[in-house]
Parts: sequence; structure tokens; C-alpha cells
Amino acid sequence: MSTTMLLTTGSRTVRRTRPLRKRAGSVVLTFITWVLTVGMFFPIAWMVFTAFKTEKAAATNPPTFITQLTFENFEAVFDRGFLVYLTNSFTASVVSTLIVMVLAIPAAYGLSVRPLIRSTDALFFFISTKFMPLAAIVIPIYLLLQNMGLLDNISALSILYVGMNLPLAIWMMRSFLSEVPGEIIEAAQVDGANFWTELVRIVMPIVAPGMAAAALICFIFAWNEYFLANLLTSTVARTTPPFLGSFVSGRGQFLAVLSAAATLAVLPVVIAGWIAQKRLVRGLAMGAIK
Amino acid sequence: MTKGNEMTKSNLRGRRWLSLAAVASAGVMLAGCSGAGGGAGGGGGDTVTLTLATVNNPQMKDMEQLKGKFEESHPDIKVKFIQMEENDLRDAVTKDVATKGGQYDIVTVGSYEVPIWGQNDWLTNLNDYTTQDSEYDVDDILPPVRQALTVDDSLYAVPFYGESSFLMYNKEILADAGLEVPEHPTWQQVADMAREVNNDDHAGICLRGKPGWGELFAPLTTVVQTFGGNWFDDDWNATVDSPEFTEAVKFYTDLVADAGESDPVSFGFTECLNLFSQGKAAFWYDATSAAGSLESEDLSEVAGNVGYVHAPTVETEESGWLWSWNLAIPETSKQKDAAWEFVSWATSKDYMTLVGNELGWSRVPPGSRASTYEIPEYQEAAGAFADITKDVMLAVNPEQPGVNPQPWVGIQYVTIPEFQDLGNQVSQKIADVFAGRSSVEEALSAGQDLAEKAGAAQKE
Amino acid sequence: MTATAIRPGRVENDGEAPPRRKVKHALTRRERKGLRLARALVWPALAAAIIITQIPFLVTIYYSFQEWNLLRPGDQKFVWFDNYATVLTNGAFLSSLLATVVIVGVSVLVSLVFGMVLALLLDRKFVGQGLARTLLITPFLMMPAAASLIFKWSMLDSNVGMVNWALGFIGIDPVAWNTDVPILTIIMVLTWQYTPFMMLILLAGLQSQPSDVLEAASVDGAGPIRTFFSMTLPHMRQYMELSILLGTILLLQVFDPIAIMTRGTGGTKTLSYLLYERAFVGLEIGEAAAYGVLTVILTIIVAMVALRSLFKIFTTEGMR
Repeated sequence: MSTTMLLTTGSRTVRRTRPLRKRAGSVVLTFITWVLTVGMFFPIAWMVFTAFKTEKAAATNPPTFITQLTFENFEAVFDRGFLVYLTNSFTASVVSTLIVMVLAIPAAYGLSVRPLIRSTDALFFFISTKFMPLAAIVIPIYLLLQNMGLLDNISALSILYVGMNLPLAIWMMRSFLSEVPGEIIEAAQVDGANFWTELVRIVMPIVAPGMAAAALICFIFAWNEYFLANLLTSTVARTTPPFLGSFVSGRGQFLAVLSAAATLAVLPVVIAGWIAQKRLVRGLAMGAIK
Repeated sequence: MTKGNEMTKSNLRGRRWLSLAAVASAGVMLAGCSGAGGGAGGGGGDTVTLTLATVNNPQMKDMEQLKGKFEESHPDIKVKFIQMEENDLRDAVTKDVATKGGQYDIVTVGSYEVPIWGQNDWLTNLNDYTTQDSEYDVDDILPPVRQALTVDDSLYAVPFYGESSFLMYNKEILADAGLEVPEHPTWQQVADMAREVNNDDHAGICLRGKPGWGELFAPLTTVVQTFGGNWFDDDWNATVDSPEFTEAVKFYTDLVADAGESDPVSFGFTECLNLFSQGKAAFWYDATSAAGSLESEDLSEVAGNVGYVHAPTVETEESGWLWSWNLAIPETSKQKDAAWEFVSWATSKDYMTLVGNELGWSRVPPGSRASTYEIPEYQEAAGAFADITKDVMLAVNPEQPGVNPQPWVGIQYVTIPEFQDLGNQVSQKIADVFAGRSSVEEALSAGQDLAEKAGAAQKE
Repeated sequence: MTATAIRPGRVENDGEAPPRRKVKHALTRRERKGLRLARALVWPALAAAIIITQIPFLVTIYYSFQEWNLLRPGDQKFVWFDNYATVLTNGAFLSSLLATVVIVGVSVLVSLVFGMVLALLLDRKFVGQGLARTLLITPFLMMPAAASLIFKWSMLDSNVGMVNWALGFIGIDPVAWNTDVPILTIIMVLTWQYTPFMMLILLAGLQSQPSDVLEAASVDGAGPIRTFFSMTLPHMRQYMELSILLGTILLLQVFDPIAIMTRGTGGTKTLSYLLYERAFVGLEIGEAAAYGVLTVILTIIVAMVALRSLFKIFTTEGMR
């Protein structure tokens, strides 16, 4: 943007002074950007750093910046059975995301087909379920699961995550499908017999990046979910978020081990998010606009 | 054509990160499986897996550390520990037991809940087990503690450790200021000294302010009672807005504001323990069970430097509370016999010796068995606080801790189901007092309304 | 469909294929076939959504007419609207509503402003642009429970917290975050987490701005500030609306930081937390259900308003 502007304007004098001022301004802006970036990222960097400190070094005031690093906190975290909780989180996130996608892709496709007159109504219904506070429906769910002996059951939790993520997935998938040229969709629907093959062979490859973005969003929300997991699981099916709190301990310092646990807990989603960041942007933004 | 190209390109990129994610996830899965083998088992033949929900206090962490010894001697039983912060534990266990969720085989319950839950038949009556098990020696359990766990002669839980409350002080700070702490201080004396030694390096006193009936109201109710107030009078009339109750809360919140920790609403037992063990508080009025951690060299910077005296008083002789964390078996457990095996192991005399030998004698769970106080090694290691703990625990009177008679048995709580909710709500209002958003009178008049409702339910 | 099904804008009669102005001609066979197919495709997802979210809500309505405290087993009875009377007169509902509005509203707006600033800053070429964006989106990816714990113990702790330590350098006395400014504490964490989210959406908007228009503007001699207000902002409007909508949807559910950091003290007891507390701490199932029903009614109203603005976005595009 700045380079194009340089070429287009004004008299000689302007041209001579402007680049200098602009360059200075640009340096200042870059500096501000980096200050803000570092500020935003600091809590995370500090968490990772603290995870490698000894408990004593982690709890000093003023804070310790130079210290012996250690892996013992991570060992302690795994000793507490962290892998079980990670596995549960993983199961709930993957299973729920798979089911969501299996339901959401056909639904989004159906909603994109022209003659479905009330498609917006259906879409609104889906989005409006997302407005409903989970807390308002959790009492019957809790009592129902308890009656069926399904408390502390990872499948039950996964099913609930399906309900939680379905609206977003449909919304996102619908917007990605709207990118597909209309003729392709029409062609597929005329040819009713070959509909599924058309969907799988022609439409799916086009929207594959979008599917991946939607799936990732669902995975993130399921992985990070605390409220339902805290209420509905206890031991066998407990997931990572409610487990983290148990590192706050009544004996001595715990900041380093808590940081280590938190670091491990956020790592999978952070890395996935980093890799897919551009798609995340498009996926979220296009939901309504495209 | 270009558009098509773009699509394939992004498509390819998409596939690349998908496969990357797949590889990463497979890694996690594999790791998960190899690690899960031990814990999640339970399906293997005759092995029974017990699920134990507990508060994450130090003594319970020791129990988890030693559970391997139990599993060695009971190869067919595995015990899985779920540790939670006190408030979370209460929410989780209450919800589970009340709805008969059946998620836990053994629960850690406070002495407040045991009689109420026992009455509702939510907990297993342990009489049969204790009488059959001659080695267990149920009579060795301290009488006031046992009394609190018994309803109509049925014992519904056994204590893992018991505690009263006393005043701890940092000897160094007090000596530097030339102050001497009497064996039976009054609250006024303590407040004066705390205000005097309070400075930027360390707080004068640490007192719990974290909302929750079991956090804030454990110490605060004892203060109210020694000021002559109480939650209810003998006929279940609420007395939360009485002058005595108000005066006590004012005294407590003022003291914290003047000489206490800087962020009281964040501070519960754990936070005060951390602060005090780093030498950053001169006084601390809290549970006697804190002493074990304070005297442990690896956990505390003030080990050997802490003085212990009786709980400060105003109008009563003693003001310590009486509390125990107990192990109980919910009625919904399907493995009661195995559960009792573990419960009896963890509360036995042998367990005390085991902790002493394995982890150090100052970490032996206190306040549950009289015999603990006769072990010479324990006497030596816990010399600084063992005797006073036992004295206070036997001196307090749970039937009438305050100035006036009360219609329930218990010191820092009211033994009715509604109290948990009542205490929580009033403690949240007092959090506003700490912050200066509300006056003591406003908070307590709202509390009075809530207490009247709870009292009315008892009058029926 | 139950009460939560929202019909935006124009309300039509029920019935499967209502005549609508848009459909000028009778459907051809081909179109009818497509319609059937489309319905068949939507149906499974619709059924799943109804079973998982709507049916439990019907049960909640039923519970709200019961007097039922789990601590007093056997005392369950039907009491009509008693719970609603209790809930509407004791003041807790209104103060929770206020807490929700303040926390959600302020967090969304502040995140939007910060997100816009960061998006504008990122929408330039500079050294390490990609890295900066990567670092900036991370707070949004962070598990809220982990973020709350880290803020509580590592950032805002009165004893070893980094924030108080940093404030010391600019001469500000340590702040007792949880005690004195609990609302701010919660808003800080939420803003930290949602600023990147807003930034992502807004950045997509900025990058979709046609560059020839901007060039034209600069040829006309418009300065960057004027360009921003006259060209960029109008273009960004729908992206901002979308950010607000999505942010509101996600934040209305907010529970983790309140449960972990303040436990509902000092005006942070949002409706979600109030519901949780009445149901699972007070064990007042009937009362909690009544709160739940009222909350849902209110959120329906909010959703109507919010979705209507979204509806504009949809209609400008028209139905495909």
C-alpha cells in the first residue's frame, strides 16, 4: 500500500520529503506492532518459561529471568496420569468433530441448493441453538445421563459436543460451498442417481480446505471445553481442561508444575492453529459475508 | 483456468497440513495408549478399580503417593485418585452423591456433610465393618471427632485427619519487633500486634477471604462465636444481623484491610500457607493441620521458626474449630468391601507408621487417632505443635462453641443442608466488603434474609 | 420446533412449500426433486440439533414448575410458577443479567477496537509480519481454563504476579485484582482471548478491500485517516458486525474464568454461573430451571436482534 502511494502523488518537493517521513512513520508503526505483539504473547511465553523453572525460581518476587532450566515439572505432570486426560480430550474432540462433519456437510449442501425455499430459516434455527446457554439445558442432561449410567462417559460427552459445534460447522461449510460455482451444484442435483459420487468426486475436493478449517474450529472448541467436561465427567472420561485445576495444590509451590501442565494442554491446538491460521481467517470471515 | 490452478494449489496445501495433523494425532494416541494402561484399566479379570475423590490437601497427596503400598498388599485392588480444590470437590461430590451418580467408590467428606448425608442414607453405615475388623480399633479415634461422624449410633465415615484451629506466628518477625505472643491471646492483642508489624515486606496477618462457606467462614464463624454472635439462636431464629455478628465481621474485615494480605478475596488456606511459609506474614490464624507443612524443611522457609498458640478469643474460653476430613463410602458404590479395605488401610494405625517411615514423621495425618500422639518419633518430629493440637482438639466444645446455646452440633458451620448455600452466598457478599463495594451492615442484612429462610425450614 | 427456533424477519405460515413471492413459477419436476434431496440432506443434522439441544430444554421448562431440592430427597412437588416468583423477586437474576451485559458487552467492544488496531497494523508489509500474526493469534487458541489459571496464578497473583510487577515500573502500586476489580479481571482475560479472534476476522476484511479503490482515494489526495473513515470503515462494517455477532455468541456462554478466578464475586456472577451455582451448589433444581428458562427467553430476544442484523448480510447476497 505504501509503495503504490509513493509513485502516484504530487510535486517534486512532496516527493522528496515524503519518503523520509513515510519511512520514519513506517518504522514507528512496525515498532508499535511489535510492542503490542510481544505484550499479547507475553503471558504464553512466560507460561512456557515458568514450566521449565524449578518451583522455587517460579515463585520469586521480583521474577527470576535467568535460572537453571529443568524438565522435572513435565515429568511430574505425566506422573499424575496426564496422558489419560489428554487421550480423553483427544477422543472427545476427534469423535465429535467427525460426527459434526458427517452431519454438517450434507446439511450445508442441502441448504445451498436453490429451490430449498426455507433454507435461511433452517440456517437461523441452527445458529440460534448456539445462542442457548449450555447451563440452561445441562440439568436435564445431567439427570438423564445419570439415569442411563452414562455419567463419566466419553461417548456421551462427544455427543454433546456434536450439539455444541454443529451450528458453527454448518455455517462455515455453507459459506465454503457458496464458493463452488453454481453450475456444479446444479449439475449434481439434476443427476440424482449420481449425487453422492458427484458430491464426493467433484464438490468435496473443491471445498476440502474449507472442510479442514471447519473441522479445526470444531476440534479447538471441543478440546478447550470446560463446563460440560467438568460437570459430566469425573475419572475415566475426564478431559484435560477440568484436570488442570488439580495442579493448584495445598502443599508448597505449584506454579511451575501448573505452567507445565497448561503448556502441554494447549500445545496440540496451538500448533494446529498456527499451521492452519490462514484458513481459520477465511473460514470464520466468510461465514456470513460470502 | 487460473482459478482452477489456485484451487488445486490450496487444496494441496490443505492436504499437507491435514496429513501433518494426522501424524501428530497418531503420535498422541500412541503415547496415550501406552500411558493409560495402568490407570484406566479395571477391565482386567478380577481386579477392582476404586475411584476416590479427594481434596488436594497435602495429607491427601501423601496418601496418593503411598497408595502403591496398598496395591502391593492388595493385588486385586487398584485405587484411582481424583484430586480437586476444596470448593470444586464439594460441588462435585455433593452433586454426585445427591443425584446418586455413583461415580465414586470413596469420597472425602468434611465433618459438616457426614451427619446430613448419613441421615439421607447417602453414605454406607460403617458399623458392621468396624465391629468385624478387630484390628481397626475404632475406639482409638478421638471422641469429639467420632461424635461428629455418628448419627443415631451409626458411624458413617472415619477420619483421615482432624484439625482444630490455632494462631501461628513468625517468631523472627515478632522478636524483631520486640513483641511476645501470649499462650492464650485475645483478638484485640493479636490485632494490635499485627497492625504494628505490618509493612511492605510482609503482611501483619493472613486471614482467609476467599468466598465459600468452607473457606472464609471456617475462621470467620469461630471469630463470630467468640464475639458472642452466631448464625441462629436456640430456636432457629436467624441472628446474622445481630450486633455481635456485625462487630465480629467488622473486626475481621478491618483487620484484613489494615494489616492483612493485599488481595483477600483470592486468599484461602492454600494461599495463606504459601504466603506464611515464605515468611511474608507475621501471623496466621488457621487450621492446626497447616503445621505439618510449615515444619517441613523442603516446603517451607520458616521451618523451626514458627510459634503456635491457642486461637484468639474475646468472650469464650477457647475459640478453635473442630473439623475432620473423612473417608466415606457412598451408598451407590458397587465395591463397598474393596472400598472398606482401602478406607481402613488409610485410616489405620499402621498407615501412620508408614507415613512416618516413608515420608517423614511431621507429615503423619494428625488429629484422628489418640495413638498417633503416643508414637515417640511423632512426638519428637511434631514437638512444636503436636501437644497443642491435641489439647485444643479435646478442649473445644462442638455442642456449644459460642456464648449461647445452639440447636446443632458443630463449630464453624451449621449442620443443616441449607448452610452450604447460605454460607456461600453470605461469603460472596463479604467479598464485596473486603473490596469496599458494600458495608458490613448491607452484606449482613442480605445474609439475614437468606438465613431466615434456612431457619424457617428447620422450624417446620 | 420449540421456543428457541428463531424465525428472522418475515414470518410465514407453516407448511412445507409455502408460496412465496420470490418463486414466481410453479416448481418444475427437476426442482422438486432437488428440493426433496435437499431436505433429506438437512434432516439428519436438524434432528441431531433438536435432540441434543431442544428436548433437554423442554425438560428444563418442566423442571421449572417443580419444587425440587436434591438435598431434601422426596420433597419434590409441582408448584406452578412459584419458582419464577422467587427468582424474579430476589434480585439475583437482575444483577446477574447486568453482570452478563457488562462483561460480554465491554469484552466484545474492547476486543473489537483492539482487534481493529492490530488488524490495521498487521495489514502492512513489515519485517516479521507472518511471525507477528502467528504470535498474535495464539491467545485465541489457548484453552480458556488454562488461560484463566495462568492469569490467576502467574499474571495477577498479588504475591508473584507479573502484572503488578510490571506496573511497579511505571509507579503504580500493586493492585488487588480479585478483591478490588473482579469485573476488570474477567474482562481482561476475555479481551486477551478474543482480541485475536476479532483481529482475524477484521484482517480478512481489510485484505478483501479492493486496492484500486484505495489507490484512487490517494490520488484524490485523501490522507490515510480520511481514507480510513470514508473508505475502509464502510467496507469493514459487515466484518465488524460479524465479529460482534460471533463474539457475543461465544461470550454469552462464558463460564471458565468466572468459575476459576472470581467464583461469581464482585459483580461477576453471569447468568451462566448463576445457573450453575443454583443447580449444582445450591442443588435447587426447580429454581435453577426457572433461571434457565428466563435466560433462554432473554437470549432469544438478543439473538433475534443480532441475527436480524446478520440477516441483512444474507439478504444483500440474496439466496443462491
